[in-house]
Amino acid sequence: MHNTPLSTRQRLVRLALVGLIPLFVTVFFLWAGGWLTPQRLSADKLVDVLQQSGGKHAGFRRNHAKGICVVGEFDANGNASTLSKAAVFAAGRIPVTGRFAIAGGNPQAPDYAVPVRSLALAFQQPNGEQWRTGMNAMPFFPVATPAGFYQLQSATRPDPATGKPDPQKLQAFLAAHPEAQPFFAWAKQFVPSSSWASDRYNSLNAFVLEDAAGHQQRVRWSMVPHTPASAITAADRQDADFLQHDLQQRLAHGPLKWDLILTLAAPGDASNDASKAWPADRPTINAGTLVLNQAEAQQQGPCNDINYDPLILPNGIAASDDPLLNARSAAYAKSYNARTAEQARQGERTL
Amino acid sequence: MKSVTTFHPALRALHWLMAIAIIAMLFIGVTMVSTVSSWHGLLVAIHKPLGVMILLLVVVRLWLRFTTDQPALPASIPVWQRAAAHLSHWVLYLLMLAQPLIGWAMLSAAGYPVTLGGGLVLPPITAVNNTLYALLRPLHTWLALLLFVTVMMHLAAALLHALVRRDGVFSSMTGAGKR
Repeated sequence: MHNTPLSTRQRLVRLALVGLIPLFVTVFFLWAGGWLTPQRLSADKLVDVLQQSGGKHAGFRRNHAKGICVVGEFDANGNASTLSKAAVFAAGRIPVTGRFAIAGGNPQAPDYAVPVRSLALAFQQPNGEQWRTGMNAMPFFPVATPAGFYQLQSATRPDPATGKPDPQKLQAFLAAHPEAQPFFAWAKQFVPSSSWASDRYNSLNAFVLEDAAGHQQRVRWSMVPHTPASAITAADRQDADFLQHDLQQRLAHGPLKWDLILTLAAPGDASNDASKAWPADRPTINAGTLVLNQAEAQQQGPCNDINYDPLILPNGIAASDDPLLNARSAAYAKSYNARTAEQARQGERTL
Repeated sequence: MKSVTTFHPALRALHWLMAIAIIAMLFIGVTMVSTVSSWHGLLVAIHKPLGVMILLLVVVRLWLRFTTDQPALPASIPVWQRAAAHLSHWVLYLLMLAQPLIGWAMLSAAGYPVTLGGGLVLPPITAVNNTLYALLRPLHTWLALLLFVTVMMHLAAALLHALVRRDGVFSSMTGAGKR
């Protein structure tokens, strides 16, 4: 070595750098992971607030905890293949694993207690890609942003003293989030149907279809039922699992069908605000028919291990600028990690 | 055996390329699981192909590591530091190899399609298995944190050699050595 010797001062400065550079990187790493900013909205916080509303139920999803698995296929008619290169839209039939559920974090909630229902689907493309979508039987989402959702959940969380949400908190939320008023107005007049089979399920969030030439079209989608709706009966209200029993009975008599309807956004339509429906005159495309053949209890069923993350998309379907999509994806992953760990601890799905 | 003062040029290039890729990967990983912003989807989309790239590069690198001559550590380095250096290098190689494989296996066990973008999908390397996923998912996190700590110690040691000791250890990887 032919290095000129360092002065004591030089040596101290250099030794300090040896420590400070890794320290600086470490602090930046901790900041990136959110450990230094506990006030920042994170996936953990979203899952926590859902748990506070619905209670902690180990081994279950943190939201839409009560549900049933279904299997079937999607018969694409090819109509949407001009809009998207995704294999799911090419004429033909591919397998689908789905799940009907009711909103909320309580897996023991009676079916009649929850008006909003959901249908989640995983379409398995032949090339190994999947299209997963979680849809809800409501026309639009209450809020536009993840922060709005967090505040809504906080405002409607049951008060530990009374077991009921504090009406004042809800009033304060509505004052701060006027975009939620149409949803509450809709919910007030909404009459739930007697069956998952007759509900219309909407993507709520916007997505972007891309064709082989790279042209993009913003869309929302809906599963529109073939089954006519009827109101909940008095007998239904006696049965905490009437939706599950109804579905099993209907499937025993034959498959249930929905049309996949794509609604095309016009240039001025906002794709980043799920609290607003697009005008009713927007063009639609019927992309094919969902045919569900069979239902199974979720605990042992084929949907148990599926996280219906709305950002698991095949080439040809992409996320839009809707900020809820990223929050849903991040929070679903947390919920999935938590419940799969709990199920493993409980011994392979004894729930 | 002829003695060399620097690592093989291809090995040096791989070292610096992988240094950037791995540090980026560690930051991408911790950010994507915590943020609910639009970074989430973007980072997840980068994480998987970048992981595959690291896996391919580490295989090439290990092959080069075993087939090329390595510069010896200077005689001035005490035995315990030599042992620590060798141990940390093998921990680094092991983690570079294990992390992408565990990531791939855990996605397979969860039934997630391992998409690399552009319609490219890796085949699953395990069957869908909840218990396996419940094991691999936290393991992926813990090994990432161990990798981060090891990389930081490696960085501190490299800086010590480069700035204070100036004993040729750092220049054996930069190739700009004056001996």
